[in-house]
Order: sequence, then structure tokens, then C-alpha cells
Amino acid sequence: MKILVPVKRVLDYNVKPRVKSDGTGVDLANVKMSMNPFDEIGVEEAIRLKEKGVATEIVAVSIGPAKAQETLRTALAMGADRAILVQTDDAVEPLAIAKILKAIADAEQPGLVILGKQAIDDDNNQTGQMLAALTGWAQGTFASAVNVDGDSVNVTREVDGGLETVKLRLPAIVTTDLRLNEPRYASLPNIMKAKSKPLDTKTPADYGVDTSPRVKVVKVSEPAARSAGIKVADVDELVAKLKAMGVHS
Amino acid sequence: MKTLVWVEHDGSAVKDATLAVVTAASKLGEVHLLVAGEGVDGVARAASEIAGVGKVHVADNAAFGHNLPENVAPLIADLMSSHDAFLAPATTTGKNIAPRVAALLDVMQISEILSVEGEKSFTRPIYAGNAIATVESSDAKLVLTVRGTAFDKAATSGGSGSIEAVGGGSDAGISSFVGAEIAKQDRPELTSAKIIVSGGRALGSSEKYEEVIVPLADKLGAALGASRAAVDAGYVPNDYQVGQTGKIVAPEVYFAIGISGAIQHLAGMKDSKTIVAINKDEDAPIFQVADFGLVADLFSAVPELTGKI
Repeated sequence: MKILVPVKRVLDYNVKPRVKSDGTGVDLANVKMSMNPFDEIGVEEAIRLKEKGVATEIVAVSIGPAKAQETLRTALAMGADRAILVQTDDAVEPLAIAKILKAIADAEQPGLVILGKQAIDDDNNQTGQMLAALTGWAQGTFASAVNVDGDSVNVTREVDGGLETVKLRLPAIVTTDLRLNEPRYASLPNIMKAKSKPLDTKTPADYGVDTSPRVKVVKVSEPAARSAGIKVADVDELVAKLKAMGVHS
Repeated sequence: MKTLVWVEHDGSAVKDATLAVVTAASKLGEVHLLVAGEGVDGVARAASEIAGVGKVHVADNAAFGHNLPENVAPLIADLMSSHDAFLAPATTTGKNIAPRVAALLDVMQISEILSVEGEKSFTRPIYAGNAIATVESSDAKLVLTVRGTAFDKAATSGGSGSIEAVGGGSDAGISSFVGAEIAKQDRPELTSAKIIVSGGRALGSSEKYEEVIVPLADKLGAALGASRAAVDAGYVPNDYQVGQTGKIVAPEVYFAIGISGAIQHLAGMKDSKTIVAINKDEDAPIFQVADFGLVADLFSAVPELTGKI
């Protein structure tokens, strides 16, 4: 079985985002960019399925600027077999991403597509579900466990009240949650080896997908700041403050 | 504009998350509801009494029993031929279903709206709430998920919606529900609790969480929460997690105990009315957002607080 793992290049999760003063977005100039952490979990899960003998080939895909190649090389260094870069400098929305991925899925015929549940920049949490709709495949979102069994996969999902398990017929879409696994670091030899793994470059037009945005970003602003209150000296003062607000047993 | 709101329920009662979505939908126009499930007459009746509701579409079918998006999304997409906007709460159920509906309708969804700015214009958080985007849709129809803490809850009585059965619907046959482990707690749900007591990594163990955090929550009738660090360290189950990647909460009072205040955590609780922080590190970022900060050793301060409150 082949596994498709879409990965996105985003602002590194340790970098504090700064809103540009002209309100057009978040400043991405000269800041560290990395693979979306949820996608990293997706790559790791695919590699584990290959190590278990469930998967035979892992294809990493990224839709983004030329620099998204670095993100794909990271996936290759972790253990993906080959990569496809769908190169565009436009900001591509989840719906158009899903359409491109659908075209790639049609060509590659994967048994599973494993995506991050959301990218930590736009926080949309849509692409996997949209791809599932477009392919007509079943979806297991927010996965904390993935077990392939013959022609189906059991996905344990992190839902609001706890956990839920669904059984999906393959091919299927899985989106990852934080506790699915802990991604590995690529070793130096594997980073070197990744440089010679195949990486195809395409464009959205190759797949016949129109990426013009449906949603216009009118402005981006800082959230309302919350100001610090007071420090209380001891528990007694805290109890008095809370009681004054009506908080007591 | 005619809106269709996904009613989240547990088979017998309408969940609170739905009520904030009704408020958001009422800002756009007429509010219709969709109750899907198996044996949901009672839920439909309760839904019809929500203030401001026009019509309640009821799809009673075994295929809708576990909210499987493969079965539910086509039903919603069909109903959208006579509605202009579909709204769902930004819960794990809403997030699972809404984008599948959006793609079936060829619509770009707008996720986790915080406010309605115009007929097609909304604000929503990006970068874990570190920035707020104002966005405008150019699609013919809208698909939205709604952040529950950003809108008032509609009243659960006073409405007189008409109930209409929706026929059709079938099992797509590609997915099935296997089982669930839903934590049963004699406590309010995190997302609707008035008071939340959360513990962080400084607790050091699940035993200490049990010993220090739980008694205070018991005394205040509060929900229990935790930081991602505490969840990752295995002190509590993952559904306790408050934060951008966990639950977004906005209670009257939020106790952050032994929580340093990582951006990730703050994004999930900074809309709380009053924040109380107890931490021995006076430079912890949590104090920058806390209304009342107590610099103290939590292992002595919290039991003392529990005793005196």
C-alpha cells in the first residue's frame, strides 16, 4: 500500500508571530520556517506503517513556494521515499489544496492519505475532511491511533469527551492529532541520503486546479491585549478577593 | 438569509455548544436547525424551544446515529439547496463534518468565527489566536464553524419552531462506529463550566494532581483542566487539555495552578473573565494575564486555599 503525506511549510511553532503594521498579515520575512508539527506526526505515522510492513511506499506532497522543497527534504530525510512539490507563490486555500491532492490521489492511488489535522498558521482544520469529500473516501480525523487491518483501518479519534473509534474502508483519509506519535529526528546520514531521493516539481495548472481565493483577507490585527492584574500577598488575600467576587464553596 | 444550524446533542439533550451557534446564525438571518440521529424526537422538541428558531429539520435514521460525516454530510449538502449558510459549533463533531459539507458544495469554509461583521464578513483567530483575521467570503453559500465562547448562548426556552421530518439518508457503507471511551465525570463540562481549576507540569505527578487540584475543584464545583505539558507528562487524560490544540474555554473564573503560561495554553483560556494564577516562579508568563497572581509554592498554597475558601 502506498501512503500519501501532504506537508506544509509554516512559521516555526517556537517563533512568536508578529502582525505586520500595515495589517496585511503576519510577518514571515527572515523568520524560521518548519514543517507543520501535525504534518510531521503524519510523516512519522506513515514511516511506522512502512516499518510494520503495512505500507510499501511513502509519497510526500507539498503545495507552496520553491522553499517548500526544504520541507519535503525533511520528510524524505525522516523516511519518505519520494516527493512532489506543487509550486506556487500564491496563498492556496484548503479547498484548492484538497482539489490538487484529489488529482494527485487519482494518479497515485494511495491506500491512505495522512494529513495534519490543521496547519498552525491558518488553523483552518479543513483540508483532510475536504479531500475525503472530493474523493468520496471515509475520514478518520484527529487520530490518536491508526490500525490497518486488511482492507480497512481502525482510527481512534480524540473527541471532546474522550476517545472514539471508527472503522473505515480503505482507501481512507486520516488526520493526525498530537498524541498519535512522537516524530523522529532525521539522522545526518539520512539527511544526506534524502538529497538524492526523487522530487518532482509541478504546478497547480498541471492538475487543472484554479487556486484563486474564495475568501478575501480584509485585515489582520493583534488580538485585544489582556492586562496583568495584581499580585496578592498570600492565600488569605486571594480568598478575600475571590469571596468578594462571589467565588466560594 | 436562511441559515441551517447543526444541533449537537447526546441523543437526549441539546448540547450547550449549539446555543452559541444559534446566536451567531441569528445575526445572519432566519435560523433553521438540523437534528440528525437515531431516535431524536426529544432532542427535536427541545431544539424547537430554543429562542429565535424558525424550523427544525429532523433526520431520524440509524445511519446518522454516530454523526459519521460520510453519511451526514450528503444530507446537509442536500438541505443546503434551500439554505444560504450552514453553521456548526467548532467542536470535534462540527469540525469533522462542516469541511466535508463545504467541499461537497464547492465552498471555502470559514473556521471558528469570533464575530459576524457583515453578511459575508467575519473575524477568526489565526496563529493560535496570536492574530485575528477579518475575512470576507465570495462564495454563493457560506459554511462556518463557530467558536462557542465568542457568542452568547441563545435561551433554551421561548422559541416555537416547527418540526419537519427530513426523509432519505442512507449509510454510505464506507465507515462504521466501533466504540467510544467517554470519560464520565460528575462535574461540569470543561467548555461550559463557570469555574475551571487547571493544573500544570509543576504538579509533578498524577497523584499530586489528584491530591492538590481535585479537592479545590470539588469544593468549588469546578471543571478540571490541565496544560498540554501536564497531559503530555501523563498526569491526566488528553480531554483535560486547555489550549489551542485542546479545548478553548472562557469561564467566569479560571485557576491556573503550576502552569507557566505558554502561548499555546494562553490561547485556550485568555478569554476567561477572571484568571487566578498560582506559581512559584514570579516571572512566569501566566502572571502577565492573571487578574490575581499568587507567587507561592502550590503544594502548600492550594491546600490552604481549599481549606479557606
